[in-house]
Amino acid sequence: MADHATTEHSTSGEEHHHGRYHPHVVPLPMLAGVFAALLALTVITVAVTLVDLGGLNLPVALLIAAVKASLVALYFMHLRWDSPFNAVALIAAFLFLALFLWFAIVDTDQYAPQMMPITEREGLVGPGG
Amino acid sequence: MSEPPTTTKTPEQAPPPPPEHHQHPPYQAHHFDTMVQQVDAGKLGMWVFLATEILMFGGLFCAYAVWRANNFEAFDIGYAYLSWEYGAFNTLVLLASSFTMAWAVRAIQLNQQALCFTLMGLTLLGGVIFMGIKAIEYDTKFSAGMGPGIFYEAPERAVKYFAEHPEATEVAGVADSPEVADAGGTAETADAAPQDDASGEADGQAAASTNTNGTALPSGGEVAEQGIVERVERKTARHADLAEMPEGYYWKHPPEQLLQARPFFSIYFLMTGLHGIHVLIGMGLIGWIMLRVKQGEFNSEYNAPVDLVGLYWHLVDLVWIFLFPLLYLI
Repeated sequence: MADHATTEHSTSGEEHHHGRYHPHVVPLPMLAGVFAALLALTVITVAVTLVDLGGLNLPVALLIAAVKASLVALYFMHLRWDSPFNAVALIAAFLFLALFLWFAIVDTDQYAPQMMPITEREGLVGPGG
Repeated sequence: MSEPPTTTKTPEQAPPPPPEHHQHPPYQAHHFDTMVQQVDAGKLGMWVFLATEILMFGGLFCAYAVWRANNFEAFDIGYAYLSWEYGAFNTLVLLASSFTMAWAVRAIQLNQQALCFTLMGLTLLGGVIFMGIKAIEYDTKFSAGMGPGIFYEAPERAVKYFAEHPEATEVAGVADSPEVADAGGTAETADAAPQDDASGEADGQAAASTNTNGTALPSGGEVAEQGIVERVERKTARHADLAEMPEGYYWKHPPEQLLQARPFFSIYFLMTGLHGIHVLIGMGLIGWIMLRVKQGEFNSEYNAPVDLVGLYWHLVDLVWIFLFPLLYLI
């Protein structure tokens, strides 16, 4: 880890003038650029929903969200210059989440028809209402 | 310790150590060899915590996925009551506050305490604006009877409305609906209003409650599916009619469809509520760090708490990046 930090120290060049311990300071233009990209992607994700892509609307929205999340993690959260162990923690969380969602959604197809007609089952006034 | 045997640990040996901490800077804990090791350990710990946060939200995203797959109509109805403008504005606010937070971390790494304080103040302001918008949204939902769980009163209130406005049933095309014909079922809530024509049989609710596990559904899968198609067609027709309803009907759907949308609002409030709690906690942490910045505790050598609170705030932003399209747009 220390090795990694010192490598960045010598390559990034920005922090030579101010101190001793800094693995990496993100340049301000880079932060501003990422912010601009995030704003642009937000506009795009709203604009895309105005177009009916059928079944593709959900995957497209999730893809844009994933790109935005990656930008936040890599630049705002500094993961691009961090110790790879931190990325392992994040990626492991997403892998387990994907596994969890995958099994749950696969199973969902098995009982979908019986879940649907809620009004027929409970009448107009549901329990607790 | 000031003369590490390995070449990799030399550059970070920071400022001249004060006498009481003879071997290392005062902000370096004794059990760490170097500041790099201390900072890396702290960040790894934070990332592991953030991973558990992702898994906690993951449970709610799973609920969303399963309910949406099973009950698409509920989401189709429910999301009509969310304002994407509010959601998009809040997205921009959170992204901006994430930007100022990342900038604040950069500022303190460059020893710019005053700038860091200002930027964290802007981040805090972003949190305040976000929660303000959220409060407006929640207030609108609750006053329309569209809260989570037992606070979801929209169907009963809609039924009550039709009981008080018999002429409206014609406009909405719900006169043939057996549920509305039994509108007196909610007479207990309708007591305040003068209401002579509707009967006062208060047993509609009890009589209607059957099983909740869905196994004893009278119709088979195919019949049920047919029912869905019919309902969707009816809804399309009624949706247009409801625009011409007399004053006082707040909703865009007839009562039976409002009932169907109940799970959507429970999921909406759970997901945005847990996220909102995180925003509040993040705001508290930012305020605390701002005080410490003001007291000059942090500098280019020691700023791990600023960095870690920043990570937490970015995670809050990250969750919202997924919540916004899933709840407001799709």
